[in-house]
Amino acid sequence: MDNKQHQPLNLEEIRKRLAQARGQQYWRSLEEIAESEEFQQILEKEFPRQSSPLGAFLHRRQFLKLMGASLALAGLTSCRPLSMRKIVPQVQQPEEMIPGKPLYFASAFSIGGYARGVLVESHEGRPTKIEGNAKHPASPGPGGVVNPQAPAQLNPDGTPKHIGATDAFTQASILTLYDPDRSQSPMYQGQLSAWTDFNAALAAEMAKQAAVRGAGLRILTENVTSPTLAALIQELLKKYPQAKWHQYEPTHNDNALEGAKIAFGTPVNTIYRFDRADVILSLDGDFLYSGPASVRYAHDYATRRQVRYGTTQMNRLYVVESTPTVTGSAADHRLPLRPSQIGAFALALAKAVGLPVSAPQLPAEQQRWVDAVARDLQAHRSRCVVVVGESQPPEIHALVHAINHALGNAGQTVVYTQPVEANPVNHTESLRDLVQDMAAGKVETLIILGGNPAYNAPADMEFARLLKELTQRNGFTVHLSQYEDETSALCLWHIPESHYLETWGDSRAFDGTVSIVQPLIEPLYPSRSAIELVDNLLGRQRNSYDIVQAYWSKQLGTANFQKAWRKALHDGVIAGTALPPRPVKMRLDAVASAAQKVSAPAEGLEIVLAPDPTVWDGRFANNGWLQELPKPLSHLTWDNAAFVSPATAQKMGLQMDTGGLANIVDVVELRYRGEKLRAPVWIMPGQPDDCVTLFLGYGRTRAGKVGTGIGYNAYKVRFSDALWTASGVTLVKTGERYPLASTQQHHSMHGRDLVHVGTLDEFRKDPKHLVKAAAHEEPLPTMYPEHTWEGNAWAMVIDTSLCIGCNACVTACQAENNIPIVGKEQVARGREMHWIRIDRYYEGGLDNPSTHLLPVPCMQCANAPCEPVCPVGATNHSEEGLNQMVYNRCVGTRYCSNNCPYKVRRFNFLKYNDPKEPVLQLLNNPDVTVRGRGVMEKCTYCVQRINAARIEAKKLGREIQDGEVITACQAACPTHAIIFGNMNDRQSLVAQLKQEPHHYGLLEELNTRPRTTYLAKVRNPNPELEGA
Amino acid sequence: MQQEIVQTEPAGRLIEGGHTYESITHKIGSVVLSYKHPRAWYIVTAIAAVGVFTLITSIAWLLLRGVGIWGINQPVGWGFAIINFVWWIGIGHAGTLISAILLLLRQQWRTSINRFAEAMTIFAVMCAGMFPLLHVGRPWVAYWLLPIPNWTGAWPQFRSPLIWDVFAVTTYFTVSLLFWFTGLIPDFATLRDRAKKRIAQVIFGVLAMGWRNSAKHWHRYDAAYLLLAGLSTPLVVSVHSIVSLDFAVSLIPGWHTTIFPPYFVAGAIYSGFAMVLTLVIPIRAWYKMQDFLTMKHLDWMAKIMLATGLIVFYGYIMEMFTAFYSANQYEQYLVANRFFGPYAPYFWALLICNGLIPQVLWSPKVRQNVVLLFIIALIVNVGMWLERFVIVVTSLHRDFLPSSWGMYYPTVWDWGLYLGTIGFFTFMMFLFVRFVPMISIFEMRDLLHQTDRHHPAAATAAATPVAHTEVTP
Repeated sequence: MDNKQHQPLNLEEIRKRLAQARGQQYWRSLEEIAESEEFQQILEKEFPRQSSPLGAFLHRRQFLKLMGASLALAGLTSCRPLSMRKIVPQVQQPEEMIPGKPLYFASAFSIGGYARGVLVESHEGRPTKIEGNAKHPASPGPGGVVNPQAPAQLNPDGTPKHIGATDAFTQASILTLYDPDRSQSPMYQGQLSAWTDFNAALAAEMAKQAAVRGAGLRILTENVTSPTLAALIQELLKKYPQAKWHQYEPTHNDNALEGAKIAFGTPVNTIYRFDRADVILSLDGDFLYSGPASVRYAHDYATRRQVRYGTTQMNRLYVVESTPTVTGSAADHRLPLRPSQIGAFALALAKAVGLPVSAPQLPAEQQRWVDAVARDLQAHRSRCVVVVGESQPPEIHALVHAINHALGNAGQTVVYTQPVEANPVNHTESLRDLVQDMAAGKVETLIILGGNPAYNAPADMEFARLLKELTQRNGFTVHLSQYEDETSALCLWHIPESHYLETWGDSRAFDGTVSIVQPLIEPLYPSRSAIELVDNLLGRQRNSYDIVQAYWSKQLGTANFQKAWRKALHDGVIAGTALPPRPVKMRLDAVASAAQKVSAPAEGLEIVLAPDPTVWDGRFANNGWLQELPKPLSHLTWDNAAFVSPATAQKMGLQMDTGGLANIVDVVELRYRGEKLRAPVWIMPGQPDDCVTLFLGYGRTRAGKVGTGIGYNAYKVRFSDALWTASGVTLVKTGERYPLASTQQHHSMHGRDLVHVGTLDEFRKDPKHLVKAAAHEEPLPTMYPEHTWEGNAWAMVIDTSLCIGCNACVTACQAENNIPIVGKEQVARGREMHWIRIDRYYEGGLDNPSTHLLPVPCMQCANAPCEPVCPVGATNHSEEGLNQMVYNRCVGTRYCSNNCPYKVRRFNFLKYNDPKEPVLQLLNNPDVTVRGRGVMEKCTYCVQRINAARIEAKKLGREIQDGEVITACQAACPTHAIIFGNMNDRQSLVAQLKQEPHHYGLLEELNTRPRTTYLAKVRNPNPELEGA
Repeated sequence: MQQEIVQTEPAGRLIEGGHTYESITHKIGSVVLSYKHPRAWYIVTAIAAVGVFTLITSIAWLLLRGVGIWGINQPVGWGFAIINFVWWIGIGHAGTLISAILLLLRQQWRTSINRFAEAMTIFAVMCAGMFPLLHVGRPWVAYWLLPIPNWTGAWPQFRSPLIWDVFAVTTYFTVSLLFWFTGLIPDFATLRDRAKKRIAQVIFGVLAMGWRNSAKHWHRYDAAYLLLAGLSTPLVVSVHSIVSLDFAVSLIPGWHTTIFPPYFVAGAIYSGFAMVLTLVIPIRAWYKMQDFLTMKHLDWMAKIMLATGLIVFYGYIMEMFTAFYSANQYEQYLVANRFFGPYAPYFWALLICNGLIPQVLWSPKVRQNVVLLFIIALIVNVGMWLERFVIVVTSLHRDFLPSSWGMYYPTVWDWGLYLGTIGFFTFMMFLFVRFVPMISIFEMRDLLHQTDRHHPAAATAAATPVAHTEVTP
């Protein structure tokens, strides 16, 4: 360095270099920028490693070594290409969003237009679970007889206080959101198309219609209760005065509205107050399971049936029905009648309560029933209620209104309001008008908003054919729906519809209460809601949020709108929107003259068409949870069957082979008005003789991967003048056989004390008598020292008097605990995965047995037989008494399951939880492990909820309080038959219930010491009818 | 008493055909060293090889898809895998009984069948061992059943009978293998010395482990062999007792039975002797070994079958009696369900195969009829399999809650694995016959020496009665 000449810095050069530099460049000294030799030398001296290795003394060998090593290292790095993507952290954390902590938002889910209030659990913006919204009238929270010892059983900091009950449909609706088969793009003539093309085509078409004042424009919707949608449609009708709005819902309550017209001269909405009723009679009305208020009704009914804390009052339920239903199975007295016999029964009852009608002569048994029921009803005037099902004709509805009036029930147990529907029309007639216009060629533009009329319109209307012809005639047909279904295939355009958790809207409950439908997630696929599409028809392009807010800002007034809006969203209901009771005037003479039209019981075979208990009218056909949900009573999955009575089956030589892998059943051919329908039979105890029940909703041809091509399509024999029942049907045995998958094959208790049953009188005399067989005053002896359970001791009590078998708990558990579905073939093998099941046992004769239900989750035995047999200790006991599964440790010997006397354990025989579609992974509850192949699983008492509550309690420095942990099954249960809590807390509800005299444990004699226990079933039979 | 037994025995001998020491060595050793094998050997081995491929396919598919390819379900969590496991383990028992207990009891007639029976034990235990490994949901972590120290501190759960099984079966396999191998060493040396080909000399040389026939070797050998026999003896009783505890420890009606351990051990010996007969009868004919595997052997094996079969039948009756006497409705239903339920045909077949048909063995004429004996042995094999089927399936398929009752139907993969193991077993047995002396050469020579000592005329094939002091049980 010394011997070299010191060169002065060339500042000009430095300036130039700095000017040329791109991006950020740091320099340490002027020498560095100048790249002077001196600087290089200093650098070399200071940091010899950074100097160039290829110096003068690099020999050939060294060079080769270096090259070799470099090549080898280069090879190493190429093992995994490093992706160079930028990530940006959340710069501003969204308000209230704490990663790992779910948020709840109120919204509303509708079936047939009627809202059920929901609270949706959202994990980092991804909805995962639906609970009921207790503030909503259709999804009530816990209620009933209050435990006098316990303090308010609800949590002071609130979370579960809002949780209301739900039904299985609501629980399963979240699966539809993530259904990979949902339509994802507009389709034009069956080909993928673009939104811009649709917008342009629609604008052109509407311009054309504007020229003729909408003469060729028809809108077909499902039942509309949404005020916003109704207002938009009215606006559209104003703009296109010649256009028409039709509504069609295959299970709409036309008969009820027509009946009300007869009785009161005007359509009214009928609301039953079962919470005020001591005696209930249902005429073919499955009010505990079907209909927009079923959860509410089940809740109200159950509040009058809780025999505990010394209460020994119960309501009494009579059911006359043509198909075994959930309501029928809950009844104290049940009379199976063919649908056409129910009219005569109603007439006889009307006469017996003093109405001026003439009744036909009834068979002695039925007459005895009528007399007994009439006496009971009259003894409870204004505290009883008579309910009639939609399948009965309008005359019977009118007659029942009259009976309720005669019994003084109007305004007490039966409340009337304005119809909830925005435009209460007879849906069958509304569709008939449309079909006539289509046939007459008056329709050019048909916008179908939701629904699937090509599949579910009455067979005689030939809607599908007319729609196809309209499209072929260059009609502009548009179908908005979530799936590209049977109707979409026949339309020019198919437009994907947003799921209710993706878009804004509003909807009314059964009593008129409005809920804002609040989305939880951006649409997964570009899609529109009905509201947005109607807005498009009006030539606007607003989004659903703006539309709904614009409507409600007008309704709620602008003064405090933001506050009112926020409250409406928070509460899930808009306060004060429930329809007020309206006075009605009973027109007895009209009812009496209508009563004369009640037809005499038909001869020969009759059919009943009922919506399927799980896929409903077909809308849930692609929902795997609902397909695999065992249908109440039959426990059938993945199929619909034709119910026949044991006697009819015997007469016709129809067989049902149980005991194999599947139930191999005979297939019958049903002939009605020239239509032929093949259906597998199901021999159903309690089905009336000469009456076949067919279930709607199956036989879909374009439902999706899950629902296509299973079951038979009962709509083929559904005619507009015989929507629900028909006579003059012939049934032929085909000789074909068909496998059906049911989850329960044995229906008798085999003399075992599984469900303890007693009457209210027995209970009043000696409550312990009910469970005598199971009673053990002293705990059974054990070789080991007794363990004392300190701290929290989780336990569950299930009241078998209250369980109606609606399956809400089963679906809720499936949603909460990431339980997979396994498919028909696996169910037939006996591998369904549900963690809670509802056992159903029959008692009494085949023709009309009593039904006893027993929900069975894990018993969490204190002496669990599963635990000592596990060779790896994968199942063990927690200090709080939970029998817990360590999935990671499980090797899958299945010994635990074999040794479980309750058979509540479920095994992943194959890789069931294998979402081929990544979108389904979004559904998973992140707090619950997704189990892989070869692992045992079972009910955990929702341990993730216990732990969440524990964390909250610890933060507040206190114990977990009663009511803070609510299991998924408990939250969903409409009758609140499931109570969970800490039994070491003497004040807790569960501890109190364990003190009840009719409390018992299942298979207690095995000394398993179950934590899940039961209250015996108390019936309230009428002594007059008992023993019949 | 002893005299009577001797008198009822058929006139027969443990070695017939006037063999000398040399002829014994040649007769047995040449099977291994020559290239001439009966055609039957090729046919059976080829069929068995198909079975081995079936086994490999069944295992591969099982590992790919999971145990769901089988017919098991809720409530029947165990099916063919456990049935076959118990069946195979039981079959193995005859080998240990013959080699260990009969050795200790100085039963000379064991000499000509012990090698064969021990080989059967080893291959049967191999087949048996496959099932518990494969039947678990996640076979790749089946090693968690072993007490391997690990950083997680996770340890097997010693209260579970399945863990006892692991120890019982691995011990059993290890001791049986050692016992078999130890017994083979002098014979390997003989083959090493007689082999003409280099490769055979090397292989047998390695296996002979330097055996030079010295007196010291024989001394050590006798001590070791006796020690191993002593070790094996408790295993005859313990292994199947522990296997039976897999069931008896549970609370399922039909499983929760205290009589299971002795009843299982008797059943194991029963099925083991049936399997020995099933294999010995054809091989003896094909390889013309009637001189060493005499009618007397067959006769005594049949008698043991008869005795153990009666114990097993007593077990069946006691089970039913206990159900009746307990007044336990679940137990009573189980018995009724076995007699009249959906699996009743299997139960009746079991009673006929295991209880009724073997009673013909009371007749000496039947015991002297090789064909009938073979058929009865097969029937007992089937019967013992049915017994395990009835125990596993009928107990599980209807237990406490009728709502959970179900049915079990095996699938093609259940059969594939089962037939695959039968193929594997047969394949291994026939390879054994081909490559290893199927009868202990040195022990036969010793036996000749012993009988020679007492009856010098024996070597010259005179029809002298058998020495009762040595032979009678």
